[in-house]
Amino acid sequence: MSDIFDIYLLEAVLNGLLLGGLLALLSLGLNLVFGVIDVVWICYAELIMCGMYCVYYLHVQYHWPLILAMLAAIGVVAFLGYILHQFVIRPVLSAEPINQLLVTGGVLFFLQAAATLLFGIEFRNLGVSLPAVHFGEMSFSAPRLIAFGTALGGVVGLYLLLTKTYVGTAIRAISQDRTIMPLMGVDPARIFAITSALGGAFAGLAACLLVLQYDVHPAIGLSFGPITFLICVLGGLGNLVGGFIAAFIFAQFIAVGGFFFALEWGYVIAFIFFIAAMFWRPRGILSK
Amino acid sequence: MIGNYPVHLAILVLLWGYIYTSWSLMGRLGLVSFGHGAFMGIGAYTVVMLWNYYGVSPWLGALAALALSAAVAVVIGYPCFRFRIVGHYFALVTLALSEVARLIITASRDVTGGSLGVTPVTALNEGTTIALGALQFSPKLIWLAIVALFWLGGLWVWRMVDRSMGRLALQAIAEEEEAAASIGIHVTRAKLRITIISALMTCVGGILYAQYQLYVNPDTVSGLAISLQMVFGVIAGGMFVMLGPTVGAAFTLLLAEGLRLAFGNKYPALDTTIYGVMLVLFIIYMPKGILGAVLDFFKRNSGRRP
Repeated sequence: MSDIFDIYLLEAVLNGLLLGGLLALLSLGLNLVFGVIDVVWICYAELIMCGMYCVYYLHVQYHWPLILAMLAAIGVVAFLGYILHQFVIRPVLSAEPINQLLVTGGVLFFLQAAATLLFGIEFRNLGVSLPAVHFGEMSFSAPRLIAFGTALGGVVGLYLLLTKTYVGTAIRAISQDRTIMPLMGVDPARIFAITSALGGAFAGLAACLLVLQYDVHPAIGLSFGPITFLICVLGGLGNLVGGFIAAFIFAQFIAVGGFFFALEWGYVIAFIFFIAAMFWRPRGILSK
Repeated sequence: MIGNYPVHLAILVLLWGYIYTSWSLMGRLGLVSFGHGAFMGIGAYTVVMLWNYYGVSPWLGALAALALSAAVAVVIGYPCFRFRIVGHYFALVTLALSEVARLIITASRDVTGGSLGVTPVTALNEGTTIALGALQFSPKLIWLAIVALFWLGGLWVWRMVDRSMGRLALQAIAEEEEAAASIGIHVTRAKLRITIISALMTCVGGILYAQYQLYVNPDTVSGLAISLQMVFGVIAGGMFVMLGPTVGAAFTLLLAEGLRLAFGNKYPALDTTIYGVMLVLFIIYMPKGILGAVLDFFKRNSGRRP
């Protein structure tokens, strides 16, 4: 009896690890934008929703090959990120910091409602089913394995971009000191626009992975938006490594908590852990 | 006899006006909370659950709900203020709180009915239209009177807070926390006091909402969506003037109803789409909200005349 119990628990832990990869990828774009521009995109999950609809419509309605639809979605959401920055964030960059958070909340309302208006409230399924992968007596869903791999790839890619390229160096420099860098010939407006597009591209990438696992509907942002913010805060807003670690901590709470109780209780435990952790490390788990 | 529909609208405007006013007590002093959905949920569900399962009168249930809200406000507020969790971090910690409330209500579906919601056991039948002990009334005019009373009470609290030393202290804190502390303001205590007042008032709003609608649902009284609704209603109306939150409530409700009357149910989310665009424009071009901008306009015009 106890053997069977353990292998299911191990399966939950490993599934939690895979979920962690997905959550890490979700938090990557948001964290990057915050680290550089100092703005929390409350509508981040709604950008992901747009990406999911994009993949769905291109693949199911217009019969594009899945890979092509996904690449297009990444491009579209990157463009949305750019638009969001130029037309919504830029005008309030010098306003009170909390206004910058609130203005993207207005965008959240808009995107969610516009999606309802355009696409209706039906749950839409991509209709692509990938086989489960069996390993011994445990089984894992293929989309989650793909998501995990992509998340690791995304993190490495972002790391290389930030450390090896000129633009990446400029992004890091701006995030360290916004007032000095313009004197060194870096144009902050351009770097902010590039970062926003990059953040959008990561949202698009997350959308491609999510649409393989979940049905898309206009309110889907509300179901994984909060957890994405909390991961970023737990890791320390703008701290990419911290966010990565926090994603795996959260995922374990959800997976193992969901294993012992119902899935929602896993979330409750994770959120309560988050609140407690904030009191212990108000600036994120990696802060000094 | 006034038709039921305008009375219903008036009740909703005043009820939400009262709830938005409660939120603004904190919000205008720099404490932007996304957690007020939790207090509304605690109010609505504590009262309905105690009534449905133990027959406890909502009057007593309200006391339990208020005690629970105050406890939650302290448990979350005290460490937040003590450890200087402000700005984005405060907004997101409180966001976790309102999601915890929603998830707990949804997850305890054996008791609460989960996301299907729950109806308070009715004390009304054909003979009785007024059940005082059960806090259930079918004549809408009674509800209008009750809600108007609480709304006026909310405005009175706003005024009291405005005139107190505490408001000056909180304004100083909102400007520069360290400086406020250095001149002897007890930052944690000042913030905690206003948070408890605001939480208790929101909890009462939840109770009134549940008893008026006679139906509650975790998504309509708790969670991120309802908390955002409060924040943005206030921003639309204007956070810094006493009637601003009420104007916000009236504006959002009348926009939704007006569009519904104009287009029927053909475009289900048209109001929120327009509302979203307007919010973005408000925050960029009119950060003081509708009422704030109107008052500024009149002030400028009267200033020009000698």
